[in-house]
Amino acid sequence: MAQRTFKIWRGDREGGEFVDYTVEVGPGMVVLDAIHRIQAEHASELACRWNCKAGKCGSCSMEINGKPRLSCMTRLNSLPEGTVTVQPLKAFPIVKDLVTDVSWNFEQNKRIPPLKPKARDADGNHRMMQEDVDRVQEFRKCIECFLCQDVCHVLRDHKQHEKFVGPRFMIRLAQLEMHPLDTDDRIEKIRKEFGSGWCNITRCCTEVCPEHIGITDNGIIPLKERVVDRYYDPVAWFIRKVFGSKK
Amino acid sequence: MTTATAPRAIGGHRDSFAATTRSDRWWQGWVLTATGLFVFFGYLTLRAFQGTYYWFDPYISPVGSPPLFTPASGYPGSVPLNHAWFGTFPSMWPRWVPQSPAFFIPGLAIAFRATCYYYRKAYYRAFAASPPACGVRGASLKYRGETRLLLLQNLHRYTLYGALLLLCFLWYDAFAAFFKGGRFGIGVGTLVMIINASLLSGYTFGCHSWRHLIGGRKDCFSCDAGSKRAHGIWKKSSWLNSRHMLFAWLSLFWVAFTDFYVSMLSRGVIKDLNTW
Repeated sequence: MAQRTFKIWRGDREGGEFVDYTVEVGPGMVVLDAIHRIQAEHASELACRWNCKAGKCGSCSMEINGKPRLSCMTRLNSLPEGTVTVQPLKAFPIVKDLVTDVSWNFEQNKRIPPLKPKARDADGNHRMMQEDVDRVQEFRKCIECFLCQDVCHVLRDHKQHEKFVGPRFMIRLAQLEMHPLDTDDRIEKIRKEFGSGWCNITRCCTEVCPEHIGITDNGIIPLKERVVDRYYDPVAWFIRKVFGSKK
Repeated sequence: MTTATAPRAIGGHRDSFAATTRSDRWWQGWVLTATGLFVFFGYLTLRAFQGTYYWFDPYISPVGSPPLFTPASGYPGSVPLNHAWFGTFPSMWPRWVPQSPAFFIPGLAIAFRATCYYYRKAYYRAFAASPPACGVRGASLKYRGETRLLLLQNLHRYTLYGALLLLCFLWYDAFAAFFKGGRFGIGVGTLVMIINASLLSGYTFGCHSWRHLIGGRKDCFSCDAGSKRAHGIWKKSSWLNSRHMLFAWLSLFWVAFTDFYVSMLSRGVIKDLNTW
């Protein structure tokens, strides 16, 4: 078996340092496998969050060679030769080593008004046609790994957590706003409270999404266009005044 | 066996400009985008200000189309008087501004691309370094996103209306390029202009604002016959939208190439292969 060196950040909110570990690696191994081997052979106290090892729980998010990725889905042979750098997410406070406190995201989720369904049909059922739910089904693939939140430079570099809710919750808002049964109106909140104007659509969220959700093109930009309908388009404003709004 | 290295910032993340632990060539995309934008928009801006060599019967460069006015003299390769919609440039035209038809309707194309959701990404990354690449620390200027002055980006749909108008003229020019002196024929220039209009159509009908206006704004595609039709158009637009970057670059390149081809013909540097 070949050997490979991993440069892993060790520390907490007070400070820390990169520590190099060299372990044997085999075919098919992912970064999370290597971390487990490091825990077994060198550093049993190395903190790392993980669960399903199948890319579906979103727990093992970290930055591998500077890119936010799921460690359980990053095969070692997909990385360039040489030392592999592993860091915790940048956008959230560190708990220990590779574990960050992502609870801010859960607080954002609570701020979003939930689905407010229209009245049921006469037979007591809600009905939706497939073409109406195709769009929102894409957003439901989200595994809440928060890689998009981490790579978003509004949160990551500019620390605008108070002003921008982040890509993950923009697609949750899109999922609700585009839902064929929903009757609530969140456009004002999307602009004022959730900060759609803070996104400058540089698409990093889409690039890192392990579920390949079109976060920017299918979620954020359509929401921005709905905000334009409401606030920045005089013709749409006039039509709404004359014919009324359905929502 | 472990080896400690020098202490760094929390999480190993530094906050200086362009700081990153990415080990790939992230700067390649940055450099290529900045170079591409600079070269193609620079070329087209230069050509717009020249106002010369944009006509070679029956071809007209997209830089000079539609020719609302044409210079009375002093601009070789400009549109003949009988092809200009309103004759020569008005006498009140400032002497220090070149007499170029590019300053009218073709200028709408610049506004369309400048507010385009794809190009916004491209130039925010390339020229504002906001951020230069994913996971790379950008410029430390105060960030305001698309608020304040950049609220103007929300007028993109109005520039789309201008682009749709321009597209009609470019398709007219492409079909007019089949006729020289009233005789039907075809030349390399005809094909160049057809490809130009086609690529621009692919770019325009994949526009995010177009996609929103023709159906994306609806929550229910199955509610009535109009919504079902809108769904069909929206799906086609979505196909183009997923290739918006591709069409943005191809169409930009081909606009510049079409202008270059017509200008080379107009200057007499090359000859057009045709059936006339």
